[in-house]
Amino acid sequence: MTLNALNISIKDITKKYDDFHALKDINLEVTSGEFLTLLGPSGSGKTTLLMVLAGFTSPDYGSVKFGDEEVVLKPPHLRDIGMVFQNYALFPHMNVEQNVGYPQKLRGVSTQLLKDTVNEALATVKLDGLGHRNVDELSGGQKQRVALARAIVFKPKILLMDEPLSALDKKLREEMQIELRHLHDSLNMTTVYVTHDQKEALTMSDRIAVINHGSLMQLGTPNEIYNSPNNAFIADFIGESSLIPVSVKDNKAYLKKSEIFVNHSVEKNGDHLLVVRPEKLFISEEKEKNTNLFFGYVSESIFQGESQLLVLRLDPEVFGEQSLQMRIANGSDLKGKIPTVGDKISIGLRMSDSFIVEKSDVSQ
Amino acid sequence: MSLSSEHINEASLRRLNRQERYKLFGLTLPYLVLVTALIIIPIGWLFYMSFIGRDGTLSLENYTRMLDSKAYMRIFITTFKISILTTLICAMLGYPLTYFMSQLPKKWAGLCMIGVLIPFWTSLLVRTYAWLVLLQKKGIVNTILVDLELISAPIKFVHNTSGTLIGMAHIMLPFLILPLYANMRTIDKDCVRAAASLGATPARAFWTVFFPLSIPGLLAGLLIVFVLCLGFYVTPAILGGGRVIMAAMKISSNIELYFSWGAASALGVVLLVSTLIILFLASKLVSMDQISGKS
Repeated sequence: MTLNALNISIKDITKKYDDFHALKDINLEVTSGEFLTLLGPSGSGKTTLLMVLAGFTSPDYGSVKFGDEEVVLKPPHLRDIGMVFQNYALFPHMNVEQNVGYPQKLRGVSTQLLKDTVNEALATVKLDGLGHRNVDELSGGQKQRVALARAIVFKPKILLMDEPLSALDKKLREEMQIELRHLHDSLNMTTVYVTHDQKEALTMSDRIAVINHGSLMQLGTPNEIYNSPNNAFIADFIGESSLIPVSVKDNKAYLKKSEIFVNHSVEKNGDHLLVVRPEKLFISEEKEKNTNLFFGYVSESIFQGESQLLVLRLDPEVFGEQSLQMRIANGSDLKGKIPTVGDKISIGLRMSDSFIVEKSDVSQ
Repeated sequence: MSLSSEHINEASLRRLNRQERYKLFGLTLPYLVLVTALIIIPIGWLFYMSFIGRDGTLSLENYTRMLDSKAYMRIFITTFKISILTTLICAMLGYPLTYFMSQLPKKWAGLCMIGVLIPFWTSLLVRTYAWLVLLQKKGIVNTILVDLELISAPIKFVHNTSGTLIGMAHIMLPFLILPLYANMRTIDKDCVRAAASLGATPARAFWTVFFPLSIPGLLAGLLIVFVLCLGFYVTPAILGGGRVIMAAMKISSNIELYFSWGAASALGVVLLVSTLIILFLASKLVSMDQISGKS
């Protein structure tokens, strides 16, 4: 691919609907060739932001640049972006070939080139030979591929996707996630992808922008977002976690009276939340160095296939009324057997896996 | 307990299903009786009478007269001409309005729809006479136009073709708007957006995506308006002032003036058959679901 992808720079984008702040001063740089995901719950503003990029929603103020070019005043049809819509938005009165050829026809390319590029695009999404099918004869997954082929056939430098996989069933969705990611890597387009599915975001993205209440909450690689979320909302929204209230005094975190060791320095006194990922907990008989130890009894034990989910009621005398979720991977090498309901156990959490976030109002 | 050829509970379940079907069929019974009594039998009677000549015997004279007489030919031409023109006027007024309504938020579209429906619910006769009052020589329209010195003498709006067309288009417009609106609401807005994102100017996106997708609704509306126009009586009779004779009016005068039931029946049969032919041809173009307002 000889084309260069374009970077996108978003500055101070703000959009208000009456009293509702859909977007609040969004600043975001998407580097060229990057796969960036806008992740947030419904109503967070992520789709509004995508629509601002596509030109279907105009912000109250702010700037959107594709490369060096300001596009915020440009109508959608002059922005030269590929876009995949949530419900595919295929043209029902055209067959597959006509759908995919539509942008090329608008661009007035020759009949031969039109045919070649359409075939190339269909081959890219593995739909060769289905060009003459009607749109309503296709399965959901195939429609998705046609929508994708139509968005990339004119080799746009920027590809926008609005929850493109949400209508597919789980298995197909997971296959398509990996396929889309491969496609992105081979096409060299800057991709902005909107989803509310945190696992999808973790799977596909170079970086994730977490959006909530119209604001950018955190921008980082999947690893950063998962392992060091910078607030309680993200800790709760991304992955599974138990959030345990702790208080900070003199640069130390306490759960009731026992000190909790964390992997970062704490400065602010007051209420915080300890974020415990279920898979980071392990059964531990005695206190090891640099490990937080919890004990209590098992109140639930649920077999979920790839893992066993345990819910632990912590000893209220020592920790207060708290429960922790813990996952034991199926096939993990346990000294004893898997604890059952009512068992008294003690579990460890390494200091390196322990972190706290400020208790904030934004958590939902 | 069960016989070797029969599965458990098979016969009872089959009976249950059959009873269910009978119950559903029972619901249609009142309607079937009504249709038979009020439509099928009278139409059969109509067919029969159309073959009765003046002397009371079976004959084809009612039909041959229609073929020979220039007057009848003129009436058919007038009927089709007025119907086609009314349909075209409705399309030209109705399509842009319906498009506008379909793009509005539901709340505002609902208000517009009330504006369409209130005249629709008002008596046909009242509206027709209202046009007569508005458009007559000393009516409000002519008075204003003369006062503004846009015209020097009053224009003859009524008792001619133009009056008939104005009145009929006004009365028929909702029949075009309703199915078209139902259709346009189902067009995925993202399709038009997709066209724009792929590089189509707003006009191009409209003509290549929105308009083709609205054709079923438009055809349904056109068809309803056209078919209703073919048999229209009140409005052309009042606003045409006797100068615009459509088929329905001729049927009425055949009976009221000439007591010629045979001739009236034959005309009725021709009108019915031509309407059915048009419906049949149209059903090849557009599914009947669209005409009944579903999509």
